[in-house]
Parts: sequence; structure tokens; C-alpha cells
Amino acid sequence: MPAPSHNSGDDIVQSLVADKSHDSAVDESMLYFAAVTDGPEIANIANKRKGLGVGAWLSIIWLALLLTSSFAAPFLPIPDPINDVELPRSGGGEAVVIATPPSLDHLFGLDSSGHDVLSRVIWGARNSLLIGIVSVGLGLLVGGVLGNIAGYFKGKIGGFIGSVLDILLAFPQLILALFVVTVLGHTVANVTFALAIVSTPVLARIARASALSWSEREFVLAARAQGATHRRVIWREVLPNVLPAMFSIALLGIAVVIVAEAGLAIIGAGVKPEVVTWGNIIVGGQGELRGAAHIVLAPSLIIFLTVLSLNFLGDVVRARSDVRESAL
Amino acid sequence: MRKSKKSADAAARFETEPTEGPLLQVVDLHTHFHTGRGVARAVDGVTLSLERGRTLGVVGESGSGKTVLARSIMGLLPKSNVERTGSILFEGREIIHASNDELRELWGSQMSMVFQDPMTSLNPVMKIGNQITEMILQHLDVSKAYARELALAQLKAVGIPEAERRLKEYPHQMSGGMRQRIMIAIAIACGPKLLFADEPTTALDVTVQAQILDLLEEQQRERFMAMMLVTHDLGVVAGRADEIVVMYAGRIVEKAPTGLLFSDMRHPYTEALLRSIPKLSAPSHSLLQAIGGRPPDIVNPPTGCKFSPRCPYVQEKCTQEEPPLTDAGSPDHQFRCWTPVGTPENRAALEANRAAGLESALAVVEDVLPAGVNAATETLPPLTTSHLRSGTINPKESI
Amino acid sequence: MAGSGTAHLRPSEEALLRIEGLVVEFPVGRSGLKVHAVSDISLDVLPGETLGLVGESGCGKSTTGRAVMQLVRSQAGSVAFEGHDLTKLKGEELRQVRPKLQMIFQDPISSLNPRRRVRDIVREGLDIWKIGDEDARNAKVTEVLEAVGIDPETAGPRRPHEFSGGQCQRISIARAVATEPKLIICDEPVSALDVSVQAQIINLLQEMKDRYGLTLIFIAHDLAVVKNVSDRVAVMYLGKICEVAGPDELYAAPRHPYTAALLSAIPLPDPAVRAKSTEGVGGEIPSPLAPPSGCRFRTRCPAAAEVCAQEEPQIREVGPDHFVACHFPL
Repeated sequence: MPAPSHNSGDDIVQSLVADKSHDSAVDESMLYFAAVTDGPEIANIANKRKGLGVGAWLSIIWLALLLTSSFAAPFLPIPDPINDVELPRSGGGEAVVIATPPSLDHLFGLDSSGHDVLSRVIWGARNSLLIGIVSVGLGLLVGGVLGNIAGYFKGKIGGFIGSVLDILLAFPQLILALFVVTVLGHTVANVTFALAIVSTPVLARIARASALSWSEREFVLAARAQGATHRRVIWREVLPNVLPAMFSIALLGIAVVIVAEAGLAIIGAGVKPEVVTWGNIIVGGQGELRGAAHIVLAPSLIIFLTVLSLNFLGDVVRARSDVRESAL
Repeated sequence: MRKSKKSADAAARFETEPTEGPLLQVVDLHTHFHTGRGVARAVDGVTLSLERGRTLGVVGESGSGKTVLARSIMGLLPKSNVERTGSILFEGREIIHASNDELRELWGSQMSMVFQDPMTSLNPVMKIGNQITEMILQHLDVSKAYARELALAQLKAVGIPEAERRLKEYPHQMSGGMRQRIMIAIAIACGPKLLFADEPTTALDVTVQAQILDLLEEQQRERFMAMMLVTHDLGVVAGRADEIVVMYAGRIVEKAPTGLLFSDMRHPYTEALLRSIPKLSAPSHSLLQAIGGRPPDIVNPPTGCKFSPRCPYVQEKCTQEEPPLTDAGSPDHQFRCWTPVGTPENRAALEANRAAGLESALAVVEDVLPAGVNAATETLPPLTTSHLRSGTINPKESI
Repeated sequence: MAGSGTAHLRPSEEALLRIEGLVVEFPVGRSGLKVHAVSDISLDVLPGETLGLVGESGCGKSTTGRAVMQLVRSQAGSVAFEGHDLTKLKGEELRQVRPKLQMIFQDPISSLNPRRRVRDIVREGLDIWKIGDEDARNAKVTEVLEAVGIDPETAGPRRPHEFSGGQCQRISIARAVATEPKLIICDEPVSALDVSVQAQIINLLQEMKDRYGLTLIFIAHDLAVVKNVSDRVAVMYLGKICEVAGPDELYAAPRHPYTAALLSAIPLPDPAVRAKSTEGVGGEIPSPLAPPSGCRFRTRCPAAAEVCAQEEPQIREVGPDHFVACHFPL
């Protein structure tokens, strides 16, 4: 039973601080100010602050650039990344290994087989992003559904799903992925599948936690009291509140999966080497780190920027989706 | 060693002050928050004083600035984007510009605060005993063992049964009332001269509320401690405060000794606050005199009198010119109104507004006030909910 | 225990709602302990009546409200609404009764979905029950929003966080009356609001009651508020009923020591009257995990005697329409 409470300043300060402590855009004094005025429209200021900010725009531009160029890769005037290129031959007819450093002709240089690294990075983005987006998408779908159901039905169903998730989470993730790929084969689809299996329980747990807290809100009780079916309550009341948080986590998830793909490739559990992925490019350049570091550095830099952008965007999405109602 | 030097400094700084003169004197205090939407005048020119051992009640709705006032005086507000001007004299010393170190010496030993929610103001992972002893050790030059004894004595003083056992417990093991007692024990452990109690009983049940208010009063009497009791509930201050200030939109709208405030209230907001409280003495289903509209917006306050948009006695002048704080008979009793309650001007304003069909004026029914209050005005038959049906009262507020 | 028995119930054919012997217990983890939230209480409400349910936190008043709504399931007893026992209904049958019973919650912000628009929130019940066509539903939403003093034009497309607490509570009321229910359970509807706004909402509830012919159960901890709105008041303590009477009678001459203590503890806005806890009860409400034997109030009761620990007092009539569960009524 709730103790009688009054809508006074202190409460609101507490909740605001708890709620927004991570958000540098809202400074403390505004919290106090919002706290003492009790106007939701005032507590709202933080929400209506100026546009997205430079960082978010840079992230969006970077990701858009990456996505369009990888989609358009077949039509771009870039050298073939896979098929054998005509290598200049020495007098004895022996192929010269030419891992050329970056130049104006080849911005990221050439690798030891004479392939343009930039072209390989762009083609690699196709596969790496595909793996990242599809596996997290699958994880989001399955995990989101399971998590929402588990969070909303706290009883036996919730307990059961929760236990299953715990078991999945307890499995060493890397070994699980390794196992799946080894058994099913080193294709893009299988790696995607393996990473989807790994990401599902994590996303499900987050969805469950979020659904659990939203399900305790009185508006869910109110909807049930109105006679809404469970399906309607989940669909209309719980899910719209859980989704934004899930979406921001999913962005972070894509970043993690992109790195995981590279990791799998390095331990030899990734996509077969003939297919260009960021992981495989790095693996290909591994042997020549000393002489031709650019082969590894170029895709690493791209991964770094992509992960950074995704993380940043994820944060922005989460901060903006915070509806200020919790502040009161 | 360092601690003892510190407290000696504090003693040198504050205890040699003369004991005459008010304990606390606030002169024209402004606390402004710079926000994205503009400047919020949370406290806007407050002047008040508090004598040793006395209780000042600060009453107002959310947004009235009562909480910020208490925190401004104590120096508890964040430094960035907050601007405090005016003067805060504590025992004759100016503390508005005090540094954090100076304030830390004051907090606990000279002035102290009890918050509304004891659960969030207590450290959840620290035993009660340690929380109190830490406070004592910080301010008093005593041994650890003595501090423990003192802590135990404190708990007993605030009426906690089985105090020895409670010292070893964590906050979550206690009820809300217990926790508030412990907050009070911590707040008064070092014998402060001034205690701020910010809605100390709002989160508590009514029987426990009475106990806590009694406890505060008893401790105050024993220690000759002054108290600023901040609350939204006129009922809480009516029986406890020596003097009351009523705040609205960051300003004092009325200030008077408690008895005088209730018997001869002048400001329409004070009157409206009192009328909106359901009375136990009134028969059931009596219509409540709600204050229409909503609490003030302190970033874009109305021009003129801040209460004018909700006031049943509003006149042309009220919306243009803000009334000054004027004396009502004695300098003890001040109010800020052009058409104060109980005057012919007030009566005329009400009649004019009624004739003009102003909703807030039509809703006024004098008879709802308890007998004796406002006897000067004529009485009308009691209004019941049936009046609502006939449409004489319109509870609508615009959004 | 403070209060079992059915002496205060009126003939069952007259009552819109009749609760008999209601028991709600919550298990605490796997410890085998139970929270005795509601222990064998009986209450009834006649059509058009407002029943006030008052008590301090932990007395079981909100749980009672939720058990009536079947939002928490009871372990024993019956909740007869229009003669049908709701505790026996399951799934779809229970759902069919829902539009006739509505609820208003304490926290006006938390009880509205932050992601939905005001108009959709109010319309939800009509959509669920497919009441009327599109135009009729929109007209109804406009009507109820206007009735609660919210401008449907400007407020309709906005989301709840743009409104103050008082306005959110108005929207909650509009949602509750939209499906034209018979009974509304108001669970502390004004305790989170400022005093001035509180009065607006109380007046509005009264107006809605008259306009839509509602029956109300009004749950609150504030005795003055309950007195103002109720036709009959039941005082609860630790899952039991202490006293049932008309509001004026109850407040003028309380017969249960707990009611008297509650009344004397209220701080009155009158400097001449002091609320005195010394006259009231000391200590705090015992744990509902292990409530005292016999009368549950005996541990804090100034008049407790041997018999109070052994025998639970039954509710009995002590005056015209005034019932009390006490061995030694005042």
C-alpha cells in the first residue's frame, strides 16, 4: 500500500536526479528548478532542448555514408576486391608481393594480393553490417517478444522464460557461437544465426526488466481494469514504452556484434576467408602487420568509428526517449 | 587533531556572537535559476527574521518557492546557474557568500535540516549508529566511544524503543515513522540552533505525523532551538508555529503571528488556501471552495499581483501593479494586496466581479469559513453540491 | 481481531456491491509467511451511495479496492456485484463485467500512459468494448473531457506529461466515466495533489457522480476528505473493519478507540485546537505479517483488556446505522 505522499519538491528532486543524472545536458540547477515548480511543462524543458547536437549528426552522417556506399558497392567505380588481379610480374615470372601503403590512387593502399583495401573495406561493410543488423534484429524480435511476455506475466510464464534466459546467458557466449558455426558451416547466414542466438538472451533480459517496471505502472492496471485483453495491454500499453529503450540497446548491440564478427574471424570461427568481411580483412593482414600495417589499421579504424557512432547514437536515442513523466 | 582544530575555529567564528538580536535575518533574498526557458524567480525578494527558540511556519503550494527558500538560506543549492542575492544573517554574520568549507562547519552544528522522505535522505548501506556517530565526530571534539554514547542517547531522546538494537540496524529495517525519528536524531545530534523541517510529516500517516510533530516541538523546547517548518498544510503549522509566512510564486504574500493570521487574514490567497481544506466540522457533502486555475509559473509570472489570475477580488490595478508588503495594523502582520480581505474595497471588488460573471468570484461563499473568522463579512446560506447541478459553480479550469 | 461480522450489511437485494468475508493474503517469497492484507471484511454499497474507506497505510483499504476490481485475487469470501459473485468469474466472463466497474488511481501521472495521446487514453474503453461507431466514440470523448473541465480541442492531441497533476487526474476521471460504469473505485484520488487542486477534484467527483448516476467507493487516508464525500464511512485497521457509520455521526461521536485516535490526531487549521498524539495512540501499526491476536488494535489501544487479546470483537450495532467492532466501545 503506498504511503500517503505529497507532490513536493524534495520528491521530485530525488526522482529527477535519479532519472537524469546521466544526462549532462540537464544541469543540476534545472533539476532544482523543475523540482520546485511542479509544472510538467517546466520539467519538460529538458526534453525540448535544442536539436540533436554535433556528435549525433556526425554519427548519423558516418553511418549513412557507410550504409549507402556498402549498398552501392557493385556500382561504385572501385576495383574488384576478391578476384585475382593482374599482378605485375618480375622478370622471372614470379608475382611480386606488393602490399603498397596508401597513396592517392589507393587511399587505403593495396593488400598483399594486390587488392584495393578501400574497396575491400566497402565490400566488407556489406557483410559485416548485414551480420550486425540482421542478427541483432532477430535477437530484438525474439528477445523482445520473450522479454515482454516474461515481464508482463510475472507468474509461472515469466518464471519459466526467465529461467531459460538465465541458462542461455550462463553459456559461454564465444563457445556457443563457435559451436554453432563449426557445426553448421562458415557461411554469412550461419554466423548471423550464431550471433543472433548469443544476442537474444541479452536483449530479452533487458526487455524483461523494462517490461517488468512498466507493467507495475498504474496505467497498465487501469487498462486491465477497463477490460483490455492481455494482448492489447502488452501491445498498446507496455510495448510502446519498452521499445525506445530496446532500440537504443539494439544500436549498441549492433556495435558489439560487428566487433564479435571480427573476433570470430580471428579465432577462425567466422565466415570463410573467401568472403570479404571486416573481420576477414583484418585476419588477412595479420601476417603483415610489421611491413604493411595499413591492411589491418584501415578496417580497424572503420570499425572503431562505426562502433563509436552506434554507441553515441544509442545514447542519444535513450536520452531522448526518456519521457519526462517519470520526473513527476 | 585536525578535527578538533576545525571545531575550535568554528567555535571562534560563531559562538562569541552576541546572543541578542534575531538568530536568523533574511533581507531581500532572491534565488534565481537560469534555465533554458528563462529566469525562474523561485525566491523573489523574501525578508524575514527568526528569533531563537521560535518556530516559523512557511506555507504554500508546489511552486511557491518554500522549499527553495529553506535550501537557499542553508546554502544547499547547487552553485551553477543559480544566483542568490540579498543578505542572510545568521547570528549577525553574513553567510550568503560563505564558502563550502564554512558552510560545512555550520551544517549540523549550527543549522540542520529534516527532509520529507527519510528513506532517501538516509544512507541505505550504513548502520543507523554509524550515521549518527559520524555526524557527531565531524562536528564535536569527542572520542569515538563518547560519540556512540551520545548517539544512543539521541535515539532514546527521539523516542526510539530498544535504541541499542536499532543502532546496529539499517534504514530499510524500519518503518517510515522510525526513519523520520532517526533523521531528526541525526539533525539535532550536534545541537543546532536552527532546524529546517521541510515537509517532515507529509509522507507519514496521521497518527505518526502527530507523534513526529510533538517530538520536534519537545526537542525544540528542550534545546531552545529555532525551527523553520515548511509545509503545504495549514493544519500542520496552525498548532505548531509562532509565526507564519504564506508564500506564492516566490514571494511572501502574508506574514503574521499564527493567531492573528487565522483570525484576521488579509490576503485572498491565505483565505483561499484555508477555504479549500475540507473541514471536519463541516457537514458531509459541503462544497469545497477550490482555488481555480493552477499554481503559478515562476518563469513567466503574471504581471501585477502574482495571484491575480486566480483571485476572486481581482481588479484592474491588480493585474498591472504589484502590491507592496504593507502593514496591517502592526508591523508583525504584513500582507501584499490591493483589496485585502475584510475591507470595504474587498467587498466591492467581489460584488463587481460577481456582477461581471467572474468564475472565481461566483464561487466564493463566505460561510464556509469557521465561525469567528472573517466575521465582518455577511454570511450566506451554506452551499452544497446541489449548487453544482444548478450550474452556479463552474469548476472548470482552462488549460 | 478488530472487526469481523456482517451486522452492518444491508439486505443483499438492495446493494449494488456486497463484499462478504473477503480475505486477501500475499505470500512473502518462499518464507511461508503471509501478508494479511485484508482479513475477513464485509462491506456493501447501495446504488448512488458513496462509501468512504479510511485508514492509515497498511490497513488494507487499497487492497480491498483492487480485490473488488479483481485486480488482486482473494483467498476467500465473495464480491457480489449486481448479484453476481465476481470472485467466481474467470477470463472472458470477468472481462465482460469490467466496463461497469472503473477505477481512479492515486498517482495521476503514473496512471496515464506517457506514450499515448489524451484522446486515445480516454477512448480506450470505448475501443475495447466497441461502443458506438467512430463518430459516437469521438463525441463521447469530447463530452467527458468537457465534463471534467479539459478542453478536448487543445488537450486531445497532447500527451499526459504536458499536464499538471490535477489535470491528469481530471483526464483519469474522464477515462473512468467514458464507458458509463455503475461503480467507480477511487483509490486515494487526491492525496498526491496540492490542497487547492484537491478541492477542485473532490468537487468534480461529486459533480460527475450526480451527472452520470455513479456509485463510488472512495478510499483515502484523509478523514476530512472522506467525510466530505461519503454517505457512509468504514474505518479500517490492519486488514479489519473497526467502525461503520454515516459520516456526520461517525465524526461527531466515534465509538471505536481507533477512530477517536485518528480524529484527534488530525492537525486542524485552527491555532486554538491542538492535535494531540498523547490522547491518541502511541506506537505504530504492527506488521501485517503477524497481526496481533484477538482485536488487532489492542497493542495500541488505551482501553485494551484481557479479553481483547483472546477474542475478536464482532461488528455490532451501537446506534442507528452505527456499527462498531470493539469489546469496549466509547
